[in-house]
Amino acid sequence: MARLLVYFAHPGHKHSHVNREMAKAAREVSGVTFVDLYADYPRFDIDVDREQERLVEHDVVLFQFPLFWYSTPSILKEWQDIVLEHGFAYGAGGDRLEGKKMMLAVTAAGPDDAYTSGGYQRYPLREFLRPLEQTAALCNMHFATPLALYAALKAPLVGEVDPHVAGYRKLLEAIRDDRYDWQAAESADVLTYGTLPISEVS
Amino acid sequence: MDGFLLLAFLFLVAGCVAVPIASRLGLGSVLGYLLAGIAISPLLEMLHVDVISIQHFAEFGVVMMLFLVGLELEPRMLWNMRNKLLGLGGLQITLTAALVMAIAMMLGYSWTVALAVGLVFSLSSTAIVLQTLNEKGLMKSDGGQSSFSVLLMQDIAVIPMLAFVPLLALPELQELAAAGHAAGEDGHGSLSLVDQLVGWQRALLTVGAIAFVVVGGSYLTRPIFRFVSSARLRELFTATALLLVISIALLMVLVGLSPALGAFLAGVVLANSEYRHELESDIDPFKGLLLGVFFITVGAAIQFDLLFNNLGEIVGLTLGLIALKALVLYALSRIFKVAGADRWLFTLGLAQAGEFGFVLLSFTVANAVIPPELAERLMLVVALSMLLTPLLFIIYEKIIAPRFVAAQERPSDEIDEAGKVIVVGHGRFGGIVNRILLAAGFSTVVLDYQSEQLEALRVYGIKVFFGDAMRPDLLHAAGIEEAKMLVIAIDDKENATELVKYVAANYPHVYIVARAIDRHHVYELYNAGCRDIIRETFDSAVRAGRSALEALGVHPYDAERQVRGFVLNDQEQMLALASSFDPEIPAHENEEYVRRTREYLDRYADVMQGNSARFATRLDRGWVPPTLEDVEAEGTKDDS
Repeated sequence: MARLLVYFAHPGHKHSHVNREMAKAAREVSGVTFVDLYADYPRFDIDVDREQERLVEHDVVLFQFPLFWYSTPSILKEWQDIVLEHGFAYGAGGDRLEGKKMMLAVTAAGPDDAYTSGGYQRYPLREFLRPLEQTAALCNMHFATPLALYAALKAPLVGEVDPHVAGYRKLLEAIRDDRYDWQAAESADVLTYGTLPISEVS
Repeated sequence: MDGFLLLAFLFLVAGCVAVPIASRLGLGSVLGYLLAGIAISPLLEMLHVDVISIQHFAEFGVVMMLFLVGLELEPRMLWNMRNKLLGLGGLQITLTAALVMAIAMMLGYSWTVALAVGLVFSLSSTAIVLQTLNEKGLMKSDGGQSSFSVLLMQDIAVIPMLAFVPLLALPELQELAAAGHAAGEDGHGSLSLVDQLVGWQRALLTVGAIAFVVVGGSYLTRPIFRFVSSARLRELFTATALLLVISIALLMVLVGLSPALGAFLAGVVLANSEYRHELESDIDPFKGLLLGVFFITVGAAIQFDLLFNNLGEIVGLTLGLIALKALVLYALSRIFKVAGADRWLFTLGLAQAGEFGFVLLSFTVANAVIPPELAERLMLVVALSMLLTPLLFIIYEKIIAPRFVAAQERPSDEIDEAGKVIVVGHGRFGGIVNRILLAAGFSTVVLDYQSEQLEALRVYGIKVFFGDAMRPDLLHAAGIEEAKMLVIAIDDKENATELVKYVAANYPHVYIVARAIDRHHVYELYNAGCRDIIRETFDSAVRAGRSALEALGVHPYDAERQVRGFVLNDQEQMLALASSFDPEIPAHENEEYVRRTREYLDRYADVMQGNSARFATRLDRGWVPPTLEDVEAEGTKDDS
């Protein structure tokens, strides 16, 4: 049993089609800690001690958010800025996150072919997630291959929401039950709900 | 009665004419009073007024002044001054007295006379110097503080001098004195408890009296003031303050101590009291008037016939005395490292003889120490040197200080009062403001007139002063001139508005934060000149609304944004209405006001019915995803 902590951040969640459903599913998975950052800290007064305690008590930290301007929603940036303290997460004596895993579950408005050197986003999606990848590295955490849903705004029109949410739910359960193959996931830059390396029996 | 009215009229006219002119010319009020005294002296002579007895009466102004000086000085500060007091002050007295004595002996006077003259001349004028330093804002400077130390030491030294002088009595004068006692009484000496007592009893009584002032000041004053303030009568408090000073002075006279010293001690004891600013503003006008009368009598007492008959001799003596005292002061300032312009302020400021010189002189004559003819001349020298003091200050100000302006850029003095915030009202509202300011390291002066509350706060170490902030003099005592900000947290609507009006008009540099009771009050405060108005219940109501939304299942972040939008809209409307509000016109007759209110109500109805996006977009702008048509187009911002 891996102790899994899910951080959800979406300020306009009531306009959301995908993330709201994902959050609903994640909340229902038993044995997983689910945190809605905008609900816990509507005025951005993040409790650093409480958050650090949460981190220490879990093995896997998963951030679920829509990609805003190639980055996280603002509260998640605020969270990084003040929770990942020197002496706690990195730097001298900052070894409290060592060996833990960090994973992202993002939704992107652009289709997958936009995230190529010829597409309008010009770079692969993974490139835009490098700041978080390096954050994990500096904290001596293992950065796992991110789960993404491309063309998320169109997803309701093409019936992509349900399978993505189901895949997300399975991912969380698999991580919880140690059935997720972290090693196999390494081979891909970005995973989608169809390519998650989950084994049925642990 | 007629005589009294005429006399009061004369003094007041002289003061009211001469002082503004002197101030206009940059000579300071002291010189103005002195000149006024000289101007009315022929009239007073015609009316056979006993100027000297008025002077003794007016000397009480000095007592009050020292009480006020004491109020400004906390015991800790006094203790920090001990080196300057004893070193600087003590040396100034002994050196000056010794030099004057030596010169007098060279002129052929006996050593007893010479010593008495030395003691008389060693004193400077507390009244003139402190008044001038305060007036010119030099009190806090290094030179001002050194001058104060010396003056305080001199005031203390007068007591042993008065005890010592009778020992110098000349046998041949004693008979004379016994015959005519009229030459002078020292004004305080007529009443005494201690005359009949032997040494140790006397000492015991003296110590007891001082202990009574200290202990009584610490423990007795508070219940008394509380009792008096419960009557809520302003003049009663003034009366109590006067009673306090007078009773201390009386006690000191009874045990043979200097009333000025006793008052000073009482002031120091009360410096930490919450009634400090109230006492200050109550006593201050009396002090000012009495000192004015005192200076007028100094001017009026100059005997011009004697002066003109011996013009060369007396002017020469005066200038010599000033030069000698200045020399001693200059030497001391070098030893005690008073530098730059401050050295000259110290040297020139204290170079005169003082009002205690008069007291001591009449005392020496009464005790047959100095022959009356000599004393008369010395009186003239003292008066003339006091008359010249304002000129010395002018020399300092116009010629010496400008030269040092550039050199004065040393690290500034203790700025214990800079950036100060005055908080008016320390109840449920002001108390919180004060706590926040203190926690952030700002120094505050809190005024409140409910003494029960003050007592409670003192227990927790919160410094609050008793007083009605509606009084300009109290605001002045609390330091409104140097304050950066005024927080008005009183619950009386009209008073708050009045206060804003007064401060905005008279102290435009002071930033005002005001508590408003309701919407209408906001407009009044705005109109009075306040631009930072906080409605006392608005924020808590908003929070209650937010809490309700959350409890009803609205996502906390949505609830937060909902109320933020509400607050912004409300403030916008409030500002628009405030600028069209006119306190002279009832709101419903103010066309502009009515029109704007209508506009807002219409808009609000639109929002409620969903006809206007204005309110809604403020909440959700930024999180609304592109429409599906937009999604078809390329290059959208990532969102889902």
